[in-house]
Amino acid sequence: MSILSTRKADKIDSLAEGGTSLAMDALRRTFRSPVAILGLVIVGLFVILAIISPFVAPKDPYRPYPELKAELTPSNIPGPMPGFLLGSDQNGYDFFSRLLVGAQQTLFVGVFATLIGVTIGMIIGGLAGAFGGWVDSLLMRLTDIMLSIPSLLLAISIAALMPGSQWTVIIAVAMIGVPVFARLLRGAMMAQRSSDHVLAATALGVKRRTIVFRHMLPNSIGPVIVQATLTLATAIIDAAALSFLGLGDSDWRRAEWGLMLGNAQELLSVKPSLAFFPAIAIIVVALGFTLLGESMRESLDPKNRR
Amino acid sequence: MLRFTVRRLLQAVPTLFVLSILVFAWLRLLPGGPATALLGDKATPERVAAMNEVLGLDDPLYVQYFGFLGRILTGDFGNSLITGDPVMEEVSWAFPATLELSVAAMFLAVLFGIPMGYIAARFRGRFLDNATVVTTLVGVAVPVFFLGFLLKYIFTQEMSLLPPSGRQDVLIDATRVTGIATLDGLLTGEFDATWDAMLHLILPAVALASIPFAVIVRITRASVLDVQGEDFVRTANSKGLTTQIVRKRHVLRNALLPVSTTIGLQTGLLMSGAVLTEKVFAWGGLGTLLEQAIQQRDYPRLQGLILLFATVFVLVNLLVDLSYAIIDPRVRVR
Amino acid sequence: MLHSRVTRTRSLALIGLAGALAMTACASERGEDAGDANTLVFGAAGAPKNFDPIFNDDGESFRPIRQMYETLVAYKPGTAELQPGLATEWTPSDDGKTWTFKLREGVKFHDGTDFNAEAVCFNFDRWYDMSGAAAQSQMIYYGDVFEGFAKNEGDASGDPVYKSCEAEDEHTAVLNLNEAKGAFPDAFGLTSLSMSSPEALKKYNADEVTQSGESFSYPAYANEHPTGTGPFKFESYDKSANTITLTRNEDYWGDKAKLEKLVFRVIPDENARKQDMISGQIDGYDLPNPADYQALRDSGAQVMVRPTFNILYLGINQKNTPELKDVRVRKAIEYAVNKEQLAKNQLPEGASARYQFVPEETDGYTDDVEKHEYNVDKAEQLLKEAGAEDLKLKFYVPTEVSRPYMPNPVDIAGAVSDNLDAAGIDVEMVQRPWNGGFKDDIQKHGNHDIHLLGWTGDYGDAGNFVGTFFGREKAEFGFNDKEIFQALADADAKVDDQEQKQAYEEAAVKISEYVPAVPLTSSPPAIVVGGDVQGLVPSPLTDERFVSVSKGQS
Repeated sequence: MSILSTRKADKIDSLAEGGTSLAMDALRRTFRSPVAILGLVIVGLFVILAIISPFVAPKDPYRPYPELKAELTPSNIPGPMPGFLLGSDQNGYDFFSRLLVGAQQTLFVGVFATLIGVTIGMIIGGLAGAFGGWVDSLLMRLTDIMLSIPSLLLAISIAALMPGSQWTVIIAVAMIGVPVFARLLRGAMMAQRSSDHVLAATALGVKRRTIVFRHMLPNSIGPVIVQATLTLATAIIDAAALSFLGLGDSDWRRAEWGLMLGNAQELLSVKPSLAFFPAIAIIVVALGFTLLGESMRESLDPKNRR
Repeated sequence: MLRFTVRRLLQAVPTLFVLSILVFAWLRLLPGGPATALLGDKATPERVAAMNEVLGLDDPLYVQYFGFLGRILTGDFGNSLITGDPVMEEVSWAFPATLELSVAAMFLAVLFGIPMGYIAARFRGRFLDNATVVTTLVGVAVPVFFLGFLLKYIFTQEMSLLPPSGRQDVLIDATRVTGIATLDGLLTGEFDATWDAMLHLILPAVALASIPFAVIVRITRASVLDVQGEDFVRTANSKGLTTQIVRKRHVLRNALLPVSTTIGLQTGLLMSGAVLTEKVFAWGGLGTLLEQAIQQRDYPRLQGLILLFATVFVLVNLLVDLSYAIIDPRVRVR
Repeated sequence: MLHSRVTRTRSLALIGLAGALAMTACASERGEDAGDANTLVFGAAGAPKNFDPIFNDDGESFRPIRQMYETLVAYKPGTAELQPGLATEWTPSDDGKTWTFKLREGVKFHDGTDFNAEAVCFNFDRWYDMSGAAAQSQMIYYGDVFEGFAKNEGDASGDPVYKSCEAEDEHTAVLNLNEAKGAFPDAFGLTSLSMSSPEALKKYNADEVTQSGESFSYPAYANEHPTGTGPFKFESYDKSANTITLTRNEDYWGDKAKLEKLVFRVIPDENARKQDMISGQIDGYDLPNPADYQALRDSGAQVMVRPTFNILYLGINQKNTPELKDVRVRKAIEYAVNKEQLAKNQLPEGASARYQFVPEETDGYTDDVEKHEYNVDKAEQLLKEAGAEDLKLKFYVPTEVSRPYMPNPVDIAGAVSDNLDAAGIDVEMVQRPWNGGFKDDIQKHGNHDIHLLGWTGDYGDAGNFVGTFFGREKAEFGFNDKEIFQALADADAKVDDQEQKQAYEEAAVKISEYVPAVPLTSSPPAIVVGGDVQGLVPSPLTDERFVSVSKGQS
């Protein structure tokens, strides 16, 4: 294994060593830090917004309004007017409502990309950790190779294979996370393997399957949650990058921040807010998840317990 | 050391081997199959059939694969569908541009990242530290391409300070030596060409530097904190050495070891970032080639570039491993 | 020891300072970027395929070619009307099968050889005799006009229109055709049919186009030695720096170019082109995004709007969805689209709604067509009558492309979808990259129900519009209506101008009643040049010649 993967891996493994029993303890410490609270507040507001936005959006985000279209030309996109807080977008739709609903679609992409990454990663890592031996070597070799391809290129290669759709983006972005989660879970389970309670269970003759599912897996979940929080942030950014490169979702009506940002790049001189607002939304949300994830990671890190 | 080198080299081989299989399979998974993809717009059923024969697509897969492997080993990646030029030739024109941009970005990231990381560590827990940590987290949260747009908006549209895109003024008739614009000017004595190239380089380099910068700050900070807690530092302190000397000779020097190796590890991030940055600034390097290839579905070029990126990445990792082993002998036995 | 070190450091610093000063001096000498009054730098959106006129069909290749080459018949700057080019006179025989060209005297190719009747015939013969499927497949415009080769090897499978060419004397060339065509004489002005130097063609193996594995390789003539008669000569194409450099032809037969040097710099990114323009790095570029007009004007640039000569249409493919075979459904689609609003919202200033395919300025345009103006109620009613209330359509839209008639295809398609939705038609938009499947899906496989596409006229002939679209059965439209095909063929074969005009008008009415596709809008494409650039005449055919262009106060 190369040092890069070693390094990425070390980072992942150090997180893995934590375990859940420590995690609860760490969690309590986490939320004493103002940084973590800030992250939690941002993420909380974002999730609430995502849930309620379809109900609070003042206008239908998926249809054009004659009032907005009245003054719309390629070099003049109407700004704020009564009833339309942020005016029009390039298609005569209500920009403010789309921005609100964008939270939901963005969360959708982020969550599903992460979930799929976690699931596939955990299956690989779990198999490796549970079986060990050659299964472990083979699967870990595979994840190392995935880690050795620059992440965006990995996503690009996958996105280029499929027609542009929301699921294409989700899957392409999810693949970035797969090797990370695989390593993480495997590391955590390896650490569990030699831990006292697993040894005790083995000595008592508990079946291997029971040990894996009752003891090893539950105790390994903490680090995965931390990493998933961090991955959510990068998933949202990576999805936006794919849109920017023209490999994004091809549903032009969909209100999703990354897509809105990608579509607005040519309109910077007409109405910069069409790009700026989605961009700021992405930055704030990504920051929220990063702050939260980093604080949890730091409190999980055994070194910081001195 | 020799044994270690050989072992690492041998370990890189299977990785590259598997990668070549993946890229080979990838091309065969593309919608319409390789012949259609390669023929692009001109694909008629007859031409596809003819092409399949030329490509030997009727042969067993393993025969095809080794043929493909043989070609790429001799550097034959086929011709771009956009320009008709050999992919390797295009790469040789574009590579210096990307190299220049990446090196400049890394230079900036190191120049500002290490001092900031060190300062953050020295003021651990205080305002300066928190501010630095939050800054780096913001740096990671801002999409690179958006940062590029923002910089362009401020420095070219609003302030008209710097050129918005490209590598050099069109009217500067610079002699091409290495293809690295800033260097060529110095080599040939065309200083105005260098000056102009540097002005063009600033914004994209800053945009691209944002993420490695954040990483370097954080690693420096963590590493300095680590070293500060080590016994030899405590010893040095208790020996009565001045804080200055302890910091300089013991803390900083030891803390920089891991930092120096992470620099090499940023290659992957730089490559991902370069694709985006080069698009924003119409830089004309490998990233631009890749982006065009995506837009126009230039599969031979796409295949060549992905393989090239991955190979460079693996090789850089190898170099980093070797340099790490030189610095820290313990690694060799791991 | 210490002393000497300090001195050395100092002298090093001095050298550095001197270097820095030299750089600043050089920088200030340059003054304004692109400030050289004798050089014009024009931003191109893409790289040219090559420089041999006959093997090209796209605007990016044509732009440099038009500066280096000339045609027998030329277009009057700023119009689609004809004026003398390399031929001063051209006369058809009564049956339209023979064209006699009186050639301009004293014209030389860039390699110093004479332009004469033999050279003209050499060019025509070269095209007609071209061998090899690869070469033939690249001669798109020749195929359109002359339909076939001496020996057809590629996809072009028609009977050749061309018969022979004779050099009656030094300055008279006679062209014999197998049949009369309405496209002449206008088609003689097509950039693809520019005159090349026979010597250079022979010397640089101009015909050797090969299909090398996965793409085409062009011979030295097309890549490095294009040799025409035009006001600019080829100097270099630096692929690594993406610049094409042309220099003034000092031996040009007419008024010499005002510029010494003409540089085309390939800047693929639209935003980058705009910003380079605003910051003065380039002196002009083609097809600015309508969204940028204001910003460009604010920066002092001239956004020159061309006369319109294009059409954007909503294509209908009758093959896949039976409902579309019903003319009432096709009419309903036209009634459902608010073309005026579309022109205003999504197309550049000067764009207008269209109800027929032939442009207003061209013979064959008529007010007698059946107009289906925006009327949602009528659309719904027609759909009901046809029993197509649950109509579901796959709407194919190109991405990664900007054409004069559709600057932002996805936004335009969005507005059209909104209109169709409002009339109760369920539209699923399918986006395909222009080069990555769109054209294949539409023109070859016919996978779509409706699609967005358009056309810019090559010359002032109605057949170039309606004939191209509806002259024969095509996968794009999936219909087979002998009556329309025949009407168009008849119109094309008319030699007399007045008769031809009338025939095309009748065909236009038939088409409007049949609705094989919905004409949407015409939009004037723009070209932008710096405030100090004079003499560029925007052409409806995008056929701008830089010979009259100058820069600076003069």
